[in-house]
Amino acid sequence: MALSPATAVAPGDVLLEVDNLRTYFDTVSGTVRSVDGVSYQVQAGRTLGVVGESGCGKSVTALSILRLVPTPPGRFAGGQIRYRGTDLLSLTEKQMRQIRGNRISMIFQEPMTSLNPVLTVGRQIAETVMVHQKLGRRDAYRRAEEMLRLVQIAEPERRVHEYPYQLSGGMRQRVMIALALACNPEVLIADEPTTALDVTIQAQIIDLLRNLQKTLGMGIVLITHDLGVVAECCDRVAVMYAGRKVEEASVTELFDNPLHPYTRALMGSMPSMNASTQRLAEIPGMVPAPSELGKGCSFAPRCTYATERCRVDAPALASQGADHVVACHEVARVAAQPALQALSSPAHPAALNGVQA
Amino acid sequence: MSALTQQPAPASPLLEVRDLKMHYPGAGGWFKPRRKVIQAVDGVTFNVARGETLALVGESGCGKTTTGKSVLRLIQPTSGSVKLEGEEILALTPEQMRNRRRDMQIIFQDPYASLNPRMTAGDIVGEPLRNYPMPGGRARVDELAWLFGKVGLRAEAMKKFPHEFSGGQRQRLGIARALALRPKLIVCDEPVSALDVSVQAQVINLLMDLQQEMGIAYLFVAHDLAVVRHISHRVAVMYLGRIVEVADRDTLFSQPRHPYTEILLSAVPVPNPHKPAQRKLLQGDPPSPANPPSGCRFHTRCPLAQPICRETQPPLTERPVASATGQQWVACHFR
Repeated sequence: MALSPATAVAPGDVLLEVDNLRTYFDTVSGTVRSVDGVSYQVQAGRTLGVVGESGCGKSVTALSILRLVPTPPGRFAGGQIRYRGTDLLSLTEKQMRQIRGNRISMIFQEPMTSLNPVLTVGRQIAETVMVHQKLGRRDAYRRAEEMLRLVQIAEPERRVHEYPYQLSGGMRQRVMIALALACNPEVLIADEPTTALDVTIQAQIIDLLRNLQKTLGMGIVLITHDLGVVAECCDRVAVMYAGRKVEEASVTELFDNPLHPYTRALMGSMPSMNASTQRLAEIPGMVPAPSELGKGCSFAPRCTYATERCRVDAPALASQGADHVVACHEVARVAAQPALQALSSPAHPAALNGVQA
Repeated sequence: MSALTQQPAPASPLLEVRDLKMHYPGAGGWFKPRRKVIQAVDGVTFNVARGETLALVGESGCGKTTTGKSVLRLIQPTSGSVKLEGEEILALTPEQMRNRRRDMQIIFQDPYASLNPRMTAGDIVGEPLRNYPMPGGRARVDELAWLFGKVGLRAEAMKKFPHEFSGGQRQRLGIARALALRPKLIVCDEPVSALDVSVQAQVINLLMDLQQEMGIAYLFVAHDLAVVRHISHRVAVMYLGRIVEVADRDTLFSQPRHPYTEILLSAVPVPNPHKPAQRKLLQGDPPSPANPPSGCRFHTRCPLAQPICRETQPPLTERPVASATGQQWVACHFR
């Protein structure tokens, strides 16, 4: 068994490395390069945000880490995924099962479709614990109840015997989190964990994830399209577009000094909670279908900075100052323009006051 | 934004909704003969002026979509009054209603489900024109081309089918269809929430441009407060079937009075890593509309709740505001 025993890690230790991953799908109309050379690292006790629009490959990257991409039509066309030095892509399916849900686990976007509707939530959590931690049935149910309490579900001793349909959307997402954390994983991949939820419930879930990370110390990959969520939860951010990572930096650096035209466009197109009422900056066109990507930079057709070179030659990631990588030929020209003001101005006081209880 | 849309004509409101109620019979059935009534909307009152955008915000299940559909009489409300240009909509005969629908249209949330996959884009957008006495033939083709141009689609796109369009383009088709009869009011039911961020901006800008140009009023049903802040003139906040606060946009976002509004606004994540969020979390989930709390419906989760809140429902009353053009109505005993 190639898997190293779970030893204590300090915050900041690299747990998971995605290295130049390529996940392709072979379809009737040609090969779709969903993930085309993506690299990132996940550190213990830290949160990496992965941002991008639908079809940019952020979810496929996450599914690849857990080897949940159906093959065929999917195929790993290159790269490595190293969990504590072990390449997950080289493990057998049996070895992989010991990782999945145990060392690395995942929360999905749709809490309704990812829970089994005909099993009680307690059974679903207990099953995971019984398989991975070899606990007996009674201990496993006790653990399930503990987990429900940890994610702040009221009356866990009753809820443990309930079915998913009896729970609200927010509670279901809490159950998903309890399920994912039941075996004390070192890495948690959260794929749009709050997108399907109302904003007040989203605030509860974000708060919960942050507190759990503080006590349990897991590394989190947070996949989202909401830059507000990123600013609040993440330590680092990777921005993806059409299967590639186009920019990565620490969260403060990225928001203070966004350098890729796509990152800037994304920030400008978001309506903000600030007082500004000027026209939203549109990104012309739409996200290209992965099957119609050309040779050059995939953002070039929508980019205001694009030159002839961008259309024929895909830019590689290059370092721009400490701890900031960008894939753009025209980065010098972009950097000369000020980034959008709307985002750096202080938020409206009302949004921060809250209720004086 | 021009002064024109900032201050809509005060004269008579385009749409007046008074004490609208929609009570659904709840799940009953063979073994549970006694049905519970679900009070989806329970006494909602508001106005929409010509050329104005009123946003209805709130969490899922608060009744905002039901309110939007009741206004168009796509569902028949239990009681209340809906007046368009002073005419009572709920009392119209089906034939009268059919004619009135020319003035009121809807844009749906899901651009994938709301277009017939077997009709061409031209037929979809042109269908409203066929239902009413309108010029046919050449004039209709010109009209369609004009509509396609208005929403930023090429006229050649008329021959395509919905599956050939992207999500944003489909929503443009939905907008063109709603525009076809030059309505005075469009109910927009979460029109951008299914779209990607970059495409969302295009559609929001389009909706605002069309309003400027054609003076359409929007009843904008949404849960994304940043979008609402961008597009609305006034905002009504709903909680569990009732309006808890109505105010002009700037007052609502800078001086929210109702505790629920405050919590709702503070829950929105701010895209600024230098500002750590200072938010009040709302505990638990909303109560069921089949069994709503007595008195003020928010009292079970309200940080300010006192015994009176459990007993008496606070009326929506006007409060003084700082700005001359502003207005603010709040339903709370203490704010």
